[in-house]
Amino acid sequence: MGTITTMDGNTAVAHVAYRVNEVCAIYPITPSSTMAELADQWTAEGVKNIWGNLPVVQEMQSEGGAAGAVHGSLQSGAMTTTFTASQGLLLMIPNMFKIAGELTASVFHVAARSVATSALSIFGEHSDVMATRASGFAMLASGSVQEAHDTALIAQAATLKARVPFVHFFDGFRTSHELNTFELLDDEDIRAMIDDDLVRAHRARALDPEHPFVRGTAHNPDTFFQTREAVNPYYTATPGIVLEAMERFEKIVGRRYRPFEYEGAADAERVLVLMGSGAETARETVKALAAEGEKVGVVTVRLYRPFSREYLLTALPESVAAIAVLDRTKEPGAPGEPLYLDVVAALAEAAARGERPFMPRVVGGRYGLSSKDFTPAMAKAVLDGLKRSDGSNAIGLQNGFTVGINDDVSHTSIAVDRGFSVEPNSVTRAVFYGLGADGTVGANKNSVKIIAEDAKRFAQGYFVYDSHKSGAQTVSHLRFGPEPIKAPYLIEQAGFVACHQFAFLARQDVLALAAPGGVFLLNSPYGPDEVFDHLPLSVQRQIIDKKLRFYVIDASKVARDVGLGVRTNTVLQTCFFAISGVLPREAAIDHIKQSIKKTYGRKGEAVVRKNFAAVDGTLARLAEVKVPSSATARTDRPPVVPEAAPDFVKRVTAPMLTGHGDEIPVSLVPADGTFPSGTSAFEKRNVSDIVPVWREDLCIQCGQCSFVCPHSVIRSRYYHEDALAGAPETFKSAPVNARGYPEARFTLQFYVEDCTGCALCIEACPAVSPREPGVKAINLADKASLVKSERKNIAFFEKLPVNDRARVDFANVRGVQFLEPLFEFSGACAGCGETPYVKLLSQLFGDRAMVANATGCSSIYGGNLPVTPWAKDREGRGPAWSNSLFEDNAEFGLGFRLAADKHLDLARSLLEKLAPDVGVKLTDDILFAPQIQESEIRAQRERVALLKTKLLKLDSEDARDLLSVVDHLVRRSIWIVGGDGWAYDIGYGGLDHVLASGRDVNILVLDTEVYSNTGGQSSKATPLGAVAKFAASGKRVNRKDLALQAIAYGNVYVAQVAMGANPQQTLDAFREAEAYPGTSIILAYSHCIAHGIDMRFGMRQQDLAVASGYWPLLRYNPAMRAIGENPFRLDSPRPTIPLKSYAYNEIRYSSLAATRPEEAADLLAQAQRAVAAKYLQYEDLAALDGSHFRQDAPAAGRT
Amino acid sequence: MDLSTRYMGLQLTNPLVASASPLNTDIGNVRRLEDAGAAAIVLPSLFEEQIAEEAARQEHLTSVVEESFAEALSYFPESAEYRVGPEQYLDLVARAGEAVDIPVIGSLNGTTSEGWISYARLIEEAGAKGLELNIYFIPADIAMSGREVEKRYIEIVKAVRATVKIPVAVKLSPYFSSIGHMAKAVEKAGANALVLFNRFYQPDLDLAMLKVLPDLKLSSPDEIRLPLLWLAVLSGRMKASLAATTGVATADEVLKYLLAGADVVMSTSALLRHGVGYMATLLSGLEAWLEVREFRSIDEVRGLMSQQRVENPQAFERANYIRILQGYETTHA
Repeated sequence: MGTITTMDGNTAVAHVAYRVNEVCAIYPITPSSTMAELADQWTAEGVKNIWGNLPVVQEMQSEGGAAGAVHGSLQSGAMTTTFTASQGLLLMIPNMFKIAGELTASVFHVAARSVATSALSIFGEHSDVMATRASGFAMLASGSVQEAHDTALIAQAATLKARVPFVHFFDGFRTSHELNTFELLDDEDIRAMIDDDLVRAHRARALDPEHPFVRGTAHNPDTFFQTREAVNPYYTATPGIVLEAMERFEKIVGRRYRPFEYEGAADAERVLVLMGSGAETARETVKALAAEGEKVGVVTVRLYRPFSREYLLTALPESVAAIAVLDRTKEPGAPGEPLYLDVVAALAEAAARGERPFMPRVVGGRYGLSSKDFTPAMAKAVLDGLKRSDGSNAIGLQNGFTVGINDDVSHTSIAVDRGFSVEPNSVTRAVFYGLGADGTVGANKNSVKIIAEDAKRFAQGYFVYDSHKSGAQTVSHLRFGPEPIKAPYLIEQAGFVACHQFAFLARQDVLALAAPGGVFLLNSPYGPDEVFDHLPLSVQRQIIDKKLRFYVIDASKVARDVGLGVRTNTVLQTCFFAISGVLPREAAIDHIKQSIKKTYGRKGEAVVRKNFAAVDGTLARLAEVKVPSSATARTDRPPVVPEAAPDFVKRVTAPMLTGHGDEIPVSLVPADGTFPSGTSAFEKRNVSDIVPVWREDLCIQCGQCSFVCPHSVIRSRYYHEDALAGAPETFKSAPVNARGYPEARFTLQFYVEDCTGCALCIEACPAVSPREPGVKAINLADKASLVKSERKNIAFFEKLPVNDRARVDFANVRGVQFLEPLFEFSGACAGCGETPYVKLLSQLFGDRAMVANATGCSSIYGGNLPVTPWAKDREGRGPAWSNSLFEDNAEFGLGFRLAADKHLDLARSLLEKLAPDVGVKLTDDILFAPQIQESEIRAQRERVALLKTKLLKLDSEDARDLLSVVDHLVRRSIWIVGGDGWAYDIGYGGLDHVLASGRDVNILVLDTEVYSNTGGQSSKATPLGAVAKFAASGKRVNRKDLALQAIAYGNVYVAQVAMGANPQQTLDAFREAEAYPGTSIILAYSHCIAHGIDMRFGMRQQDLAVASGYWPLLRYNPAMRAIGENPFRLDSPRPTIPLKSYAYNEIRYSSLAATRPEEAADLLAQAQRAVAAKYLQYEDLAALDGSHFRQDAPAAGRT
Repeated sequence: MDLSTRYMGLQLTNPLVASASPLNTDIGNVRRLEDAGAAAIVLPSLFEEQIAEEAARQEHLTSVVEESFAEALSYFPESAEYRVGPEQYLDLVARAGEAVDIPVIGSLNGTTSEGWISYARLIEEAGAKGLELNIYFIPADIAMSGREVEKRYIEIVKAVRATVKIPVAVKLSPYFSSIGHMAKAVEKAGANALVLFNRFYQPDLDLAMLKVLPDLKLSSPDEIRLPLLWLAVLSGRMKASLAATTGVATADEVLKYLLAGADVVMSTSALLRHGVGYMATLLSGLEAWLEVREFRSIDEVRGLMSQQRVENPQAFERANYIRILQGYETTHA
């Protein structure tokens, strides 16, 4: 008997995979990253595999690279694995064909995830694994944490014998991220499943100069076909080998698996066939229905490839008349999804051969795409659909049906009775609404462990996060019971509902999941006597109607009082145990305290003490509310978006914002992924309780605050004083403090409901009161009392005339504040170091910019629904934004340029042709217009507008053609934006190619020096000595100098900037890069939460990075060469502080000093030397005269 | 010449001790100090408050961003969530102890009684030969009486004394109404030595930015007067050893302190200014003076000019102060 433990699926799989391999080649991708991270962590900790040695873990530059390394390692004889998902798996496909073709034993563990189509999705489905069907890999599916753990071993045992490589897949998030109590395999059991003779045979097949051969030859038509057929015996044998491995596993461990497993009535007539976590739901449903006498069953497919007709038939009762095959994937245009087609083919052949008396009726359906919940009610709906309403077993379902959505376009969806449930009463169900920052999820994970490990019950935890990086909401679904929890779907009726943020009540229906007679716990600033009157009407009604026991606590106050800040997790966890009765109260408190010691012990005694104090301070403040017999509130929740919002926002965005996105019908979602810009303006997230307040009397109107604001919530305008007529009383303004603007006023307006309270603006503000200590021109204040008046002020501010771009001085930071940001209110982290650059791009060039955005943080805060932060200006223009992939962004953006150049050429030639009709002067003015300065652009816009009016009057094909491309006559600004993971690693090949293209594109690298979006994995931008995931003991090599590599081309404009150190240099670089008629690249230092800093001081860290010489500011402008000057300019002075003074403010560096002080000191010394050497190198370059630089590579620029 | 002396029960080869300083966090410096003649080394203080604050900061920075976003449930490898505790300091104590033959004395600044006791024990276990209690307490709460402040000191000393076996020194504040009485009370509570005096952080104000400027200036020789006075008063009246600290710039100050009654003289500022090798200069200066005057041992000079032994003991009392002022008027008016 193994140890009973509680883990998520990723950990359970990695636990096995790590132990049965010698090499892991890894690359991060959600939701599989955890497996790779654990492998890296375990090697750092010295955890050994079953052969007593330490596996080698190597991060690669992409999944393509990882697959290549896996292939090489396998060919060299090592037991090798990798972990991936989605696009990552797709990048591995070429190598998968090779690895399978060469009959090489290996297992790839895949947390199956949607492949991006019109949209990216990180969630679970089988489209990725289905895309590998043709590769020749065997495919084993698992559907729960226990199954994933066990199947990882069965796959490894089978591949060694079969020599056919395996994909072992399990559902992303639903299984990979679900915490569940299960039995851990002993190392001895793992050992017993792996046959060392087969391992040695694997080694013996390796390339070896001691007995050389060649593998990987190229064939001609004469033999290739035959080689493909030569592998057949291996594939024929594989199902039997898998069965044998499963039987051996059963003998050793006791758990039974089969390639196809049947569950249900022995005489079933209606059967479901499916794989993955949905199968577990189907099994539980079938058990319940069969117990009631229904003739239903389910076939769980475990071995999907090679597909064994024989084993399917063995599993499937002969009585079955109707089958619904459920695929968790979509194959547009196919006669059915893959599993359906395979089942049909198998049954048809069986019927044709006479192995079955008749061919059952088979339909295929889709469910659960992108982690859409698949519930017992849905499984039942499908089974019900297999019989007609008259009860006969003829099929009522149409082939290609869907379950779980409302398809009002193709009418594929089937109705579901949402009230159906199979959950036993013995299971406790609890749902918690919290914020990411308040620690709710962490506390719940902890509770799961307490209940499972200390109370010896079975537990399950599943956590749903919204897509914002700041102020993100989390919903935790916890189940506890005496039996293993087999319910891989969200809780629908909870006996305990906790709302950890009072503000949520006004936004969404928190009590929708509360079961009658259940408990409601609310973190409330109002005490038990007054809280009820502060609840929205519908909340009051639900409490009364459902007869909920209602408890309140001011957890925020308890947490603040004991010094835990916003972390209410311990307080509310204590409340949960105190009220829920899951454990006896005293025992629960004891367990919580033990668990606090375990969790926080290494974080220091003080942290432990504070959490103890939180536990002790909780019970006295927890109070039950006496619920009145009738509701007292007059109003309910306010509408989530304003009445004046566009129809799309009201019908599509609003339901997503309130957690009702599942109810949006197919007809309302765009079929091609096209969404309106600028919908973030309708989501007033009210993330922060504190916001900046302007002191107009102290302000010097420098624009520094709005320059650094990551969320574009600081807006400036100057206007004639007459425009102030009718201003609200609280509306602030000051005389413009520059010469030449008599009677002009200046206003700095804060969009307080969009502000995240990061305080970067406060730190950037240089204006200090000469009389009031600590007071600046911007100061933080409590928001509550400001919201009402600021709403009015913002409304008035928005009616003020927008400053004319042609008259704004683009050349200095002060001027930029008057340019409308066309990137606003994103879901980026509070204090984000990337978004100020993105916003600047949108201000300077947004109305004519196209943005190609690499997958990563910037594509997520830039394009993750519900809302879109890329916006439009008052004239309806704005950045046209798209995200293709992670690896191809440079190429994607280059494509923008190619099309733009082509259409510009077309427009120019058509214009020349039409010159007699539209006027020669207008034609010449347009064709020869300078378009560098904004005033020139504006003038060109007017000319093009005039041209359009003339063209509209012409009735000719040429005129109509010209109209279709005429906007290209205004110079387009093409931007290729992404992070360092893209630019330095996975997209580097493409980036390099684009740099070499000479085309007029602008590349902005938001360099956080780490893979931020996937949780801080090391990239080639990660600095020497810094700790990151995949570099747990500190990075041992210097970061890549991408600036110098780009400079080496000679004709590329290159800038290295850090806004916090020198905003003017940043601005100059952006403008020069954009104006440069060739390829430009800007490397922008972006502070990040993954650095382990107080984000309020992010810009100061940037300044220190430059002051230490770590991040020299530079510009390389090939245009300077044309006038005989040195194109290389070093914009920052010699280092004035040691590297340590910058680096050790950041946990990524300082943590190593704490864990491995001597190594850290050594790495710091190396890094310091590298900084000095790099600066010298730059200084030497800057000191040369122009003749030392190439002049022979003119840019292939715009005309 | 016999330069040896005893301090808090430790036999030292000479009376020069490197006092708590950031220099002493480097094992290389610790070795160099021994080579330059330091007879003992006091390591910089382990600050309980700093550990707590750093722990809270680490916890905040790492945890507040965790479990918020589906793709990134954390941002650091688990092993990087570093132990924010006294480990680093204890490691320093152990390594310094192994690196040199001279006694290495730990120093502790606690904030809670648990902290004082537990950290004192840990420092002892790490191998420190003695422990200096850096009771750095500014009673900013103006409701707190002098008696309460004194009680706090005494309780700490008693608690630590009851916890560790190694000798304990107490770095005293000069701001007691009766230094002598306090010194005796601390001695009675179990202190093996007194260090005179602790210099408290006294912030400056920035007139341009209207900010409080937290900086600490190195001590200068004219600051030796206060400790000199009280060493002279206490010398010969205490069982506990006496250490002088503050303002040692040259051997002159070392000698003055010894003459006033110090068993050892500590230096930080001079070493920070001139480097750890300056300890050798201080030592040779001391030897030279003693040789010229044909003293054969430190014992001969220690306390030679203490209040009990000087010709006019009143010179150390307040009456003398009035006379000095009068003299000042006479000379300068």
